[in-house]
Amino acid sequence: MAGYELLSEQNLRLDGRKADELRRIQCKLGVFGQADGSAYLEQGNTKVLAAVYGPHEIYRHGAGGASRPTLTATSNEQAVINCQYSAAVFSSGERKRRPRGDRKSQEMSMHLRQTFQAAIKTELYPRSQIDIYVEILQADGGNYCACVNAATLALIDAGIPMKDYVCACTASLMNDRPVVDINNLESTTGGPELTVAVMAKSGEIVLLEMSQRFHVDHLEKVMDLAMEGCQNIYHILDKEVRAHVSKRGSLLGWEAT
Amino acid sequence: MLAHKTFLKKTRRGKILKVVREHYLRQDLHCGWKACAHCAVAAPSEASVEAPLNTPLTPPEVSPCEAVASPHLLILDTNVVLDQIDVLESGHLADVVLLQTVVQEVRHRSSPIYKRLQDLLAQSQRRFYFFVNEHHADTFVARRPGETPNDHNDRAIRRAALWYRQHLGWAVVLLTQDADNRQKAQAQGLIALSVETYVRGLVDQPELADKLAVRAEQAHDLTRPALFPEHWAPAAINRGVKNGQLLVGVFYLSRTNYTQASINVEGRDQPVLIQGLAHQNRALDGDRVAVELLPAPEWRAESEVVLEDDGQDPGDTITEDHAVSGSTSRQVQPSGKVVGIVQRKRRQYCGVLLPSPVPQATRHLFVPAEKKIPRVRIETRQVQRLTGQRIIVTIDAWPRHSRYPQGHFVRALGPIGDKATENEVLLLEHDIPHSKFSEAVLACLPELPWVITPQDESERVDCRHLDICSVDPPGCTDIDDALHCIQLPNGNFQVGVHIADVSHFIRPNTPIDLEAASRSTTVYLTDRRIDMVPGLLSSNLCSLRGGVERFAFSCVWEMDPEARIIQTKFHKSIIKSRAALTYEQAQNRIDDPSDETSVTQSLRQLMSLSKILKQRRLDQGALVLASSEVRFTVDSETADPIDVQVKQMRDTNSMVEEFMLAANISSAKRIFQEFPDCAMLRRHPAPPPSNFDPLVKAGKRQGYEIKVDSGKALADSLNAATDGKNAYFNTMLRMIATRCMMQAVYFASGTIEEPLFQHYGLACPIYTHFTSPIRRYADVIVHRLLAASIGADSTYPALLDKKSTQNIANNINYRHRMAQYASRASVNLHTHMFFRNKKRDEIGYVLFVRQNAIQVLIPKYGLEGTLYLRSDTDKSIAFHFDEDEPSQSCGDVTIRLFQKLRVQLTLDSSNVQHEKLVLRLVEPHIPGFSVEAISDDETSMEEEAPLAGSTPSSKIEANAKPTRKRSSPQNSKATPKAKKGKKS
Repeated sequence: MAGYELLSEQNLRLDGRKADELRRIQCKLGVFGQADGSAYLEQGNTKVLAAVYGPHEIYRHGAGGASRPTLTATSNEQAVINCQYSAAVFSSGERKRRPRGDRKSQEMSMHLRQTFQAAIKTELYPRSQIDIYVEILQADGGNYCACVNAATLALIDAGIPMKDYVCACTASLMNDRPVVDINNLESTTGGPELTVAVMAKSGEIVLLEMSQRFHVDHLEKVMDLAMEGCQNIYHILDKEVRAHVSKRGSLLGWEAT
Repeated sequence: MLAHKTFLKKTRRGKILKVVREHYLRQDLHCGWKACAHCAVAAPSEASVEAPLNTPLTPPEVSPCEAVASPHLLILDTNVVLDQIDVLESGHLADVVLLQTVVQEVRHRSSPIYKRLQDLLAQSQRRFYFFVNEHHADTFVARRPGETPNDHNDRAIRRAALWYRQHLGWAVVLLTQDADNRQKAQAQGLIALSVETYVRGLVDQPELADKLAVRAEQAHDLTRPALFPEHWAPAAINRGVKNGQLLVGVFYLSRTNYTQASINVEGRDQPVLIQGLAHQNRALDGDRVAVELLPAPEWRAESEVVLEDDGQDPGDTITEDHAVSGSTSRQVQPSGKVVGIVQRKRRQYCGVLLPSPVPQATRHLFVPAEKKIPRVRIETRQVQRLTGQRIIVTIDAWPRHSRYPQGHFVRALGPIGDKATENEVLLLEHDIPHSKFSEAVLACLPELPWVITPQDESERVDCRHLDICSVDPPGCTDIDDALHCIQLPNGNFQVGVHIADVSHFIRPNTPIDLEAASRSTTVYLTDRRIDMVPGLLSSNLCSLRGGVERFAFSCVWEMDPEARIIQTKFHKSIIKSRAALTYEQAQNRIDDPSDETSVTQSLRQLMSLSKILKQRRLDQGALVLASSEVRFTVDSETADPIDVQVKQMRDTNSMVEEFMLAANISSAKRIFQEFPDCAMLRRHPAPPPSNFDPLVKAGKRQGYEIKVDSGKALADSLNAATDGKNAYFNTMLRMIATRCMMQAVYFASGTIEEPLFQHYGLACPIYTHFTSPIRRYADVIVHRLLAASIGADSTYPALLDKKSTQNIANNINYRHRMAQYASRASVNLHTHMFFRNKKRDEIGYVLFVRQNAIQVLIPKYGLEGTLYLRSDTDKSIAFHFDEDEPSQSCGDVTIRLFQKLRVQLTLDSSNVQHEKLVLRLVEPHIPGFSVEAISDDETSMEEEAPLAGSTPSSKIEANAKPTRKRSSPQNSKATPKAKKGKKS
């Protein structure tokens, strides 16, 4: 029978969410000992690990990331951000041939670097480098968003000064109604997809991407919903950060001081 | 709460994938009873935009059914919805919960039934509630390993039923046709019944039982001998198609012979011939079927026999004697037999009841109005009431042992012969939406009195000073085009085509817009017009009537005296038509040398320009095709037809047409340039050469070579083929040519390659419809695109989406075709009425020669009839059929193709249910077969006059308006198009 009914008359999506509901988000900070900062995040069935190293001295020959930092005049004034996105070969339904280095991963790495270049106070660390590694363990739509959210947590865990939380969220359009945080099924069968990453408190947009054209009449409402989604994600992340810090703090006995 | 759905899926390339999907379970779904105190959330209000609760359940006070003691709620199983949708639609069942599980399964199994179910759910008075059981935390049922989907669904349904009983505390009745499911439900303490038991138990609706569908397992009676071979299982069909053993295509029953059908298989240029009922194997016209080719020695040629299935129920036998008589001497065609039906195209059928000769019987035969559909056996207890009525019946099953399919009664329309009923049948049979416009639609109309505001004036070009006039058929009230022409100082002409600005009143996505999109076209029946937009717009505010100020969308050209377009401009304007003329009035004004008014002068200029335009078009290879068009003179009191005339064509018709064509072409170019992806265009594909075979053959018999390799060659050879002795010969050839053509269709420009845009009939590379937005929805879209391109209006999402434009185009194409069929059927209906109690001798021409009959064209009525060549009285009369000639001879009389005959027309009313027009031969006289001419005073003998009237017209496209526009139903002139306008 023809297609799926992505958004029913009852305002329910195929997976039972309403149009303005996010998928379940679960996250954890400090999952690795080796890295300076790390986080694990699940957004529905999309699962991501993020690890942050640095700031450290600039490697002339980087670890082989897609967007390898180069020594330029600017690196004398601010930290260089190195991002590497990779998706595990088992992350999608069909096994991937190579986990990183393909065009899609390179593009994703570049987007991530741009995003965090804007959010991290890079001017505090001239002549140094910060590495962000994200690994998709399971992909179910909104990969970029999950990476940004996880990397934000990892950066916080690493104690790197940032201007703000960066939160990212997708939105799309179904039956001319906006829907937030779309999963893989919805993004492959549905309409255009809008991805936005914002500084949560200031509301500044760090990255905005559309997979297809939206009609201008729809853009505003889709945008609004995506921004609202980012805010909701921010609250979830913030809650987790506070819980994590208070747990660490209580272990160190900060209540006593 | 969260659950996961995990399943394996096979990709197109054959890989096996594991798919994991989230499945959220909710607490906030409402049970549907408005006053429910147990639900965690408040009942959604009726006004809620997100999920309106438009169908609140209400606790019944008494049980409506004898089979259940207490008042109760109904929960349906999928098979109930699929089989018994007519019972659900009858409105006698209420407080029904439709579970998501059920609705989704219905959606997978049958999209038409799913649509009807959606409509049901949308009606608030029905008290059908849609419950999302699969996402409700308490009713979700996880699939067990190894459980079949069917068992899982049944379990989910039972779980939901139990939950409802406990949640609301009412009795819950589960209706299911599945005995196993019933048993399990009863074991769990539920009341489970079959629909039959429940419906027969309903106290006050005894006739509802007639609507019960025959279930497949009841219908199949294995004890009786099978007439038809078994259908293959879907898996076997798939395998067969893959390994090339089977072909799949759409099954088309022959129009003249019910035992013969053809199947067009994609990728094969010759259709597969199916002969005989057993080989048809219960396929209905329009079904997608799988066929197996017969071995080549069994291939046959198409039978020329004309056969109709009539008479009483022959019982469960098939007689195949005429079926296989298709001779093998002529060119044989690949023949095959149907082995299975891939996709059914069943719908509800209108028709009449043929009561069983056995009194008190409950099983009767139903005769559909559509001749291509077999008779249907139905069961009813209301024979007395239904005899003499037009009724609607649905086909349920066609078991192997049964000569006819089995079905059930749906509803009665009204008495046979009653005009309203007959029109209703016509509209239903052609799927034409004809209900009154809803409140929501009418609310979109502008308020009266309608005035032009200063803002309108500032946004539009003021053309009120121009001498604009409109030229239309008499009595036309929906005038959508007007013209003007003035000579410019530089010797060129300014020519303006002003089209009613419908898109100003019909804004996108309003209820009126959706309704117009769904109707897509105004339908012209002989005595009725079914408007696309409400009358206030179609006959008043949009209609460019004389002497009033109206909004228009203008296309203004500068043309040089050679009618070459120098410049084209589009703008919205305000016009004031000086006069709304008829073709005749306009012609008279042009011809009257003393008339020197400016309107007349501009008409003369238009006329001279149009002649140049037309000549140029013909030189480029535009086709001039023929179709006979008639108009009925209708009695103003009884609305019965009194007389029939063939429509007359004047120069002014062609003048208007030329400018409309030019305007359409200019708009097509403009919108395609601005919106290369989503322009609504119209194309007319060149027919495959094999389509022309009948035409080439027919020409050859008369010694003319018809070249068909290009439109230009065809046009030239048609022009050359004239017969001094038979003035009508050329027209007939053109009629045959018309039938060789493909259908012209609308499409979105982004969906196909540009070279395919061509319009074959008009010989132009790009074309669209711009000039009749009042009666065609495609024009409304074109107006919107044009308005957006000149900055006069804004776009909206669907307008710029090629997918949605293509969907609109598909719907328009479908409605358009149906509207044509309906108009033709309406003409037939009126022809029948006209011939009631009349007998006429008329001139006719042989259009086709068949094995046992000849098709005769009667130009005077634009009518085509079958003259059966067998004598009722004298069995010794035998015709010899020469298929190479082709001719039929009897004694020394030979009847050849295109020959002029005199035939007698009467209406055979012996069978009130199925009136038909009967032709009898008068001249040439064949003793024992021909009938005597009736006396002269009864006969209309104006032989050549009507022929002159039906001159070939180039009415292929443009404004087909002249042929079909008419005024209100009360008006006495009607001009529908008769017969085969395959094109426009």
